[in-house]
Order: sequence, then structure tokens, then C-alpha cells
Amino acid sequence: FAGLADVSISEDIPVEGEITVPVGSRSPDEVYSTLDEPVKDTIMRDLKAVGKKFVHVMYPKKSSALLRDWDLWGPLVLCVSLALMLQGGSADSKDDGGPQFAEVFVIIWFGAVVITLNSKLLGGTISFFQSLCVLGYCVLPLTVAMLVCRLVLLAGSGTVSFIIRLIVVVAMFGWSTLASTAFLADSQPPNRKALVVYPIFLFYFVISWMILTFTPQ
Amino acid sequence: QGGGSAVIDMENMDDTSGSSFEDMGEMHQRMKEEEEEEAEGEAGAAEEEDGEFLGMKGLRGQLGRQVADQMWQVGKRQASRAFSLYANIDILRPYFDVEPIQVRARLLESMIPVKMINFPQKIAGELYGPLMLVFTLVAILLHGMKTSDTIIREGTLMGTAIGTCFGYWLGVSSFIYFLAYLCNAQITMVQMLSLLGYGLFGHCITLFVTYNIHFHSLFYIFWLGVGGLSTLRMVAVLVSRTVGHTQRLILCGTLAALHMLFLLYLHFAYHKVVEGILDTLEGPNVPPFQRVARDIPVVSNAVLNTTAKAIALTL
Repeated sequence: FAGLADVSISEDIPVEGEITVPVGSRSPDEVYSTLDEPVKDTIMRDLKAVGKKFVHVMYPKKSSALLRDWDLWGPLVLCVSLALMLQGGSADSKDDGGPQFAEVFVIIWFGAVVITLNSKLLGGTISFFQSLCVLGYCVLPLTVAMLVCRLVLLAGSGTVSFIIRLIVVVAMFGWSTLASTAFLADSQPPNRKALVVYPIFLFYFVISWMILTFTPQ
Repeated sequence: QGGGSAVIDMENMDDTSGSSFEDMGEMHQRMKEEEEEEAEGEAGAAEEEDGEFLGMKGLRGQLGRQVADQMWQVGKRQASRAFSLYANIDILRPYFDVEPIQVRARLLESMIPVKMINFPQKIAGELYGPLMLVFTLVAILLHGMKTSDTIIREGTLMGTAIGTCFGYWLGVSSFIYFLAYLCNAQITMVQMLSLLGYGLFGHCITLFVTYNIHFHSLFYIFWLGVGGLSTLRMVAVLVSRTVGHTQRLILCGTLAALHMLFLLYLHFAYHKVVEGILDTLEGPNVPPFQRVARDIPVVSNAVLNTTAKAIALTL
């Protein structure tokens, strides 16, 4: 141990370590390998995880399942279905007045990125992808609202249908905002919650506005 | 012999930003790697250190692995350092350090012109409020465009709204900052961005009201009243920071003109009610209004037309 005499440890770094050396396996992946299982099991496991998160969004309790194992499958599915349903709604058949697929896609993802950056800059403790995951999953009520709006529009497009659509969209918008606030606001210092909630409110407001003003050809 | 690890320790000491979450994790990771490396080094002490140093002596099989491992560690460290330097949003963190009460106070203050222009007024260099105001303006603009059935040919509604608002905020801020540099005014870029951003609060209020209540004269009252107040505040703050009459005139004249004209543009370019009123009042003498299918260069023409007709109407 002659070499140890010259080793210099700066005083800034706290010297810490464990006395007991862990005897167990170093990498937990070696214990449980998912490579050999049938594809159906893999898909079902992922689908179940996504489904569980959907349930968490519809009944927002303070659970950390959404945050702990984040995934972006659910937001992708929701975003694509919302963009598909919003496509093709325009006043004039020649010019495109309604949002295109790419527009909706870009709005949702860039909006989510901006809100995440904002919450991080305000001192949030949540990570980038966790926040994206929560914001994406909370688009679920608005997707349901879009579905309902399309069904109502099939029946007719008068004042009554507009009022029904308005009520549904406003209710779902409130639900989305409350659900995402329940997950995201906890990660902020308590006196700055309003600063984080406002951009989320704007984001879902813009999406709700796109849904409400959708008129099919 | 311990010189190798001491050098590595010194390299680590350069980069302790420590303020963000990721940096702490990275530092811990580095320390863990150092400990592992040191433990490994001590295990085969004498031979391996000789081998590393000269590259010729020592056990050949282990030498290659050791060198490759060392290179990979150094490369990874450099890459993560570069990443944490450039992708570090901590640079922007001080500009977002506000409380809701402060934001509300600044919003209200942005409508109150200061009276004391003899010594420099304080401007808070904060970016949260202005950014949120720009996004709110985008949302209000979208609402106005939708209710007026604006059809944009080579672009999208959302793209136009975002481009207009952000382009105004960033572009006019930079231009006024450049003018301020020429006129020797004491203002930094962040302060200018903040000042102009808060000045958009008046625009938001005006457009929010007049996109919903379609009264022609109501818009003019709001334009002069609310728009005028926020412009006066910005002008007063700039005047307090500039010396010399000509410079003050240039700077504040430009800012006032751009700010008021922007509000005028936002109202007339995206609102169809004006067209309806003008048509019914002037009858068949109205030349065809180029609003329906609009490419961006035609917009200025349309604005000129409407302002000319509006002025003719009021006279």
C-alpha cells in the first residue's frame, strides 16, 4: 500500500462508503431476462402498464405510479388519435383552415416540452420525461371529449349541439388540468404552484379550443 | 505513484456547478467510478501502474483492457461535461426566480407610467412573466383568428400566431436594444425583453375584450387608453435611462410607434367585423378587399386599406 500515501483527497468531497460489501448480483437484469419470453407477454405487460396509467388519470389520486415508471406509449397513442380526429375539419374545402395532423402533433409535444422546461426552471424536482409522461397522459379526457364532439356533430350542428359540445369540452378541460396539477404541482415549492399551473392551463385551453372549434366538412 | 489519481481528482474539481439535480447525480457517479478505479488499481498495484505509464512493461492482456477502459472513462467524462455545459438550463434559472405576488405586482405596474424620469428606473430582469404573456397573446390571437374565420394559405393558423407574437417580442426587443446601444441608453438585453414583454399585457387585455365585443369605437378607446398607458410606461422607463433630447426622441418615438402599430395590426388583420361595417357603410364603391385568401405580403396592403378607410370614415 505504498501508493496510498500520496493520494490526495480534497476536503470538499465527503468521504463515504459502505462497510458491508453486497454479495448479491450486481446487475438486476441478469436475474430476470425478458428476452426469451413470448412476444404476447411483452405486449400485454406494456399494455397493462399503459392501461393502469389511464385509470390513474381518470381518477387522479396521489399515487406515484405515473411518475415512477414513466412511459411515452400512452401519450403517443393519445396524441395520434387526437390529431387524426382533428384532421380534415375546415370551413372551405379548397383552403385548409383546420389544424393539420402535423400541427396538432407539434403543438402537443412542443407545448409539453415548454411546460416541462418551465417547471424545471422554477425549481421543480421532477425529471424531464416524467413530466412529459404526465402531461401526455392527461390529454386523455380531451381525447374523450373529441370523440363525444364528433358523435354529437354526426347528429347535427346547431345551437343545441354547440352547447352540448361546449359543456363537454369545458368539463374535460377542467378534468385534464386538475389531473395534471395533482401530479405536477407536488414537485414544486409550495408558494410557486400558481406559476406552474398557469402554463398547463393555457396548454389544455389551446387544445380544448381546437376541439371546440372543429367543424367537419 | 499516486500522481495519476491526484490529477484526475483535480480535473473533477473544475466542474462543480452542483446546482442542478443532474450535476449532483453525475458527480456522485464520477466519485463512484473513481473509487472503483482506485480499488481496482490497488489490487494489482505495482505491475499495472508500470504498465499504464510506459505501455510496454506489464501484463499485455490486462494492459489493453486497462487502456481501453481508461480511454472510455475519459471520453465519457468529457462528453458528459460538454453536455452539461451546453444543455445546462441552469443558465436561465435566475431569470425565472419569481413569486406569484411579484408577477402580479409587475403586471399591474406595467400599466402605470412612472412620473420620475430624472433618475434611472429599476427594471426587473425576469423572463417568466413576459414568456407567459407572449403565450397568452398567442392563445388570444388564435381565438380571434378562429372566430373571424381567417384562412391562411401558405401556413397554419398556429404557426402564424406563434410567429407573429414571438417575432414581435424578440425582434422588436433586439431592434430597440440596438437603438439603445446607438443612443447610449443604459439597458441590457434581458431588461429590454422583460420591459417589452410586460408591455404586451395591455395588448392582451385590449384584444381579449375587443375580439369578443365587436364595437368599432370600443377598440379605438381601448387602443388609445390601455395601449397608450402601457406604451407611456415603457417610454417613461426608457427616457429615465437615456441622456440627451435627440436620443430620447429617437428611442421612444420608435418604441411608441411600433408598439401602438402592432396593436392596430393585430386587431385589423385578424378580425372580420371591420370589413362588414365598412362594406355596409360605403356600399358598392368599396374596392374588393383582399382578405379571403391571403399570402403574407398582401397583409400590409390590407392594413393600409383598412386604416385609410377607417380614417376616411371618422372624418
